[in-house]
Amino acid sequence: MHSWRRRATLLFPWILYWNKNKMIYYISLYASLAIFIIGLIYKTSAWFFCKTSIDSKKIPTSKRVLSAINGIILTILSTKILTLAKVFLFDCILQRKVLKEDFFRWLAHVLIYGPFMLLLLMHALGEFVTSAIFPDYYPTINPFMFLRDLFGVLVIIGFSLAIYRRFVLRPPRVKTNPMDWYAIILLAVIIISGIFLEGAKIGSYSIYEQMVADYAGIEEEEEDFKTLTAFWIEEFGTVAPKLEAPSDVKLIESGRRIHETSCADCHSRPQWAFAGYATAATLKGVALTLDRAGIHTFFRYIHFLACFIGLAYLPFSKFFHILTSPLSLLANSVMDRRHSEPANIATRQALETDACMHCGQCTSCCSMGIVFEEVQNVNILPSERIQSFKRVISGKRITEEEVELISDGTYLCTNCHRCTDICPAGINLEDLWFNMRENMLQREYPLFWILSPLSFYRGLMRQSIPQSDYEKPLNRARDAIVAESELMKSRERVLSLESVDREFQSRLLLSNQADTFSACFGCQTCTNVCPVVANYENPQDALGLLPHQIMYVAGLGIKDLTLGSNMLWDCVTCYQCQEHCPQGVEVTEVLYELKNLAVRHLRKAS
Amino acid sequence: MKFALFSGCTTPARLKQYESSSRAVLENLGLDLVDIKEFNCCGYPIRNIDFSLSILSAARNLALAEKENLNVIVLCKCGFGMFKKAEHVLRKDSSLRQRINNTLKKEGLEFRGNIKTRHLLYVLYHDVGLEAIKEKVTRPYRDVKIATHYGCHALRPSEIVDFDDPNNPSIFDKLVELTGAESIFWRSRLDCCGAALLGINDDLSIDLAQKKLLDARQSGAHYLCNACPYCHIQLDAVQKMINSERGGNHVLPSILYPQLLGLSLGIDSKTLGLAMNQIDITAIEGFLTSQNFNNPLKVQHFIKRPAILRKE
Repeated sequence: MHSWRRRATLLFPWILYWNKNKMIYYISLYASLAIFIIGLIYKTSAWFFCKTSIDSKKIPTSKRVLSAINGIILTILSTKILTLAKVFLFDCILQRKVLKEDFFRWLAHVLIYGPFMLLLLMHALGEFVTSAIFPDYYPTINPFMFLRDLFGVLVIIGFSLAIYRRFVLRPPRVKTNPMDWYAIILLAVIIISGIFLEGAKIGSYSIYEQMVADYAGIEEEEEDFKTLTAFWIEEFGTVAPKLEAPSDVKLIESGRRIHETSCADCHSRPQWAFAGYATAATLKGVALTLDRAGIHTFFRYIHFLACFIGLAYLPFSKFFHILTSPLSLLANSVMDRRHSEPANIATRQALETDACMHCGQCTSCCSMGIVFEEVQNVNILPSERIQSFKRVISGKRITEEEVELISDGTYLCTNCHRCTDICPAGINLEDLWFNMRENMLQREYPLFWILSPLSFYRGLMRQSIPQSDYEKPLNRARDAIVAESELMKSRERVLSLESVDREFQSRLLLSNQADTFSACFGCQTCTNVCPVVANYENPQDALGLLPHQIMYVAGLGIKDLTLGSNMLWDCVTCYQCQEHCPQGVEVTEVLYELKNLAVRHLRKAS
Repeated sequence: MKFALFSGCTTPARLKQYESSSRAVLENLGLDLVDIKEFNCCGYPIRNIDFSLSILSAARNLALAEKENLNVIVLCKCGFGMFKKAEHVLRKDSSLRQRINNTLKKEGLEFRGNIKTRHLLYVLYHDVGLEAIKEKVTRPYRDVKIATHYGCHALRPSEIVDFDDPNNPSIFDKLVELTGAESIFWRSRLDCCGAALLGINDDLSIDLAQKKLLDARQSGAHYLCNACPYCHIQLDAVQKMINSERGGNHVLPSILYPQLLGLSLGIDSKTLGLAMNQIDITAIEGFLTSQNFNNPLKVQHFIKRPAILRKE
């Protein structure tokens, strides 16, 4: 055989007999490789440009690149290299974090990615990898022939488990986005077209003919060809145009001898390629027609195109996580916010947004997930929020409406750290949310959730936020509420009756936590026991109306005064007032309800 | 006794020693703790803005425990108060209950209200019992003065939470005394720690904390004792922050109740996470003795005193 042909067939096993269209093949291969490389450079460089936090805005890209190089070299030269090796083995390869959470999910993922990687190395890159290890490598001989099908079938099993889990078991609130569909479809097309291609080739008479012409060396002898054909028809599933009458044992036996001398060295029994052989057996009835229509060329095109599209689009798709998730796991194992260079933290965070493979683990364990059932804002769910974060830091324009949704959704987080603990890509999500919240809080939108104990974590972290940035959003939210209440601004002591809102009063009476205010007779016990009131020399200046006054104006139905008092937001909810009220007014509950109303009222207004 | 342990969000994320010490103590006392992975936010932090969302959040947790037919131990006082409030409201308001159950149905859950929610201290006092705990105390304290911080949401609103006498509670003090430590009386022991306002109005929040700390110190306490992550963080980590920001070098260390009890039960300080507190408390081990504990339970003197609820 010519050496170039052998090389070509080794390099591209799928085009074993497909030389005519090699041009198309090369062009598409190199084009997709080029797009892949450009995409890789584009995506990687963004890690050094994106401003993930307010601090990182001050760090120039050049410093980030140098810090990254410096950090990587120092880490590799230190004992941290052992940590990296451990994380690479246990977390990247063996996927320990996924296994710990969910065996089913682990099994599905390992069955997909393990055999797929092996297929990539053994089958797609056969020339470089397999033949370097096994000099006698030939895709048509065992064990490669068998392993190829085994790997393919394992991928299909893993794939079916994953589909079953996501669409039948349906973990609550986990979303499937277009990127996921793309990945599902592409993977399915690659594997299934591969199996069909193999099946079509096994049954194909034209391929058989060409194989004999190219390799068997029996072109001259008509009789030998017939004998060999009889054997292949009988034993290997080849479908020939004129199926001869049941071949006799002798003919097949001599066919076997020819096979063993001329073919067996380079071709194992196709039954070993069990998936392809089963496909061929299924298609037996129509194999001849399909063969004449060139069906194997059709599957070959599909198989290649799918592989090339996958390669070209990889840096922009979910499959990018094959590279970025391990990077994120490794980086996070040797970095933390307190000790690492801020420049490197910024770079790592940008990388982390690419490391997310949208698996939904974070969303399924999210402490706030249940809220999504009533507030249909996807930014509550961490797996969706990170997509928004990617958009925010990439500097794309976001509309005012989106700012509201992203701000609200991002603040609905108890900082419980579960998402960070569970993330199979090791992304430090809690740090991302912290930066994302601060980013959103510096916009014009008054975020009311900041006036809730969800801010406790922000309070603990305030030394890492500049003073003015810290207070601005708090004041903005309070000001927005006070601005709605005209009466709070006037210093008049005499109020006109016009401000009485009977409807508001009766609605308040209907609410199940505020229905007791009307029993207030103004004894001031609530105000006297209030630790917040006691904290100020001039409580009215600081707080506006005091608890007993709020109960009283609620009774009068003066909405403006009821909702506009600072006291609502400065209430520590210690329930001293309620416990001591001689009239059984549930003062704290009324204050809770008024806070709810103030926000609802404003949201409606906007 | 089998309970579902609800540790909430703040404890596992920022106060791991509270969870580890509580587990160690409860298991030492023979309780069987079940973890329900699906538990979510208790609802407390969102109540300021959206009541019905907070009830939904709480109801889902209760429904999850109910599905396993387990009573719940809550470590956090705010979470405990929220659950009690949710139980109360859902029993009273059938239309809200139906709405919430409709949402929960999607996950195969239903709130029926057949289980009990209990705070850690309540379980120790009522379900385990002082005598049973006392029997296990192998290293009682001597000469250490503890100021118990009750925490608002466990005590009030009393008709809903049903924890202890809201004006003159004693279960926490009795639990402290059985370890041999002295539980001192201090005026502001029932007041708020201010944690609810941290991040909303820091000055006010810190003022409230500082007042309590000053009072406890002046009343002669060696340690403050907490049984709630918010209170503890406020009186430990935030106290440290106050000292660095507002000046002042007086510190009053805070110990978590299961840490205090755990040491006297002979549990090692590493399991109890003694070194994880922000203000060093390891010196408390110096107050432990190795004798067996034979004193009868002291009925505290402060029970006879009137509760002082209003500061001048």
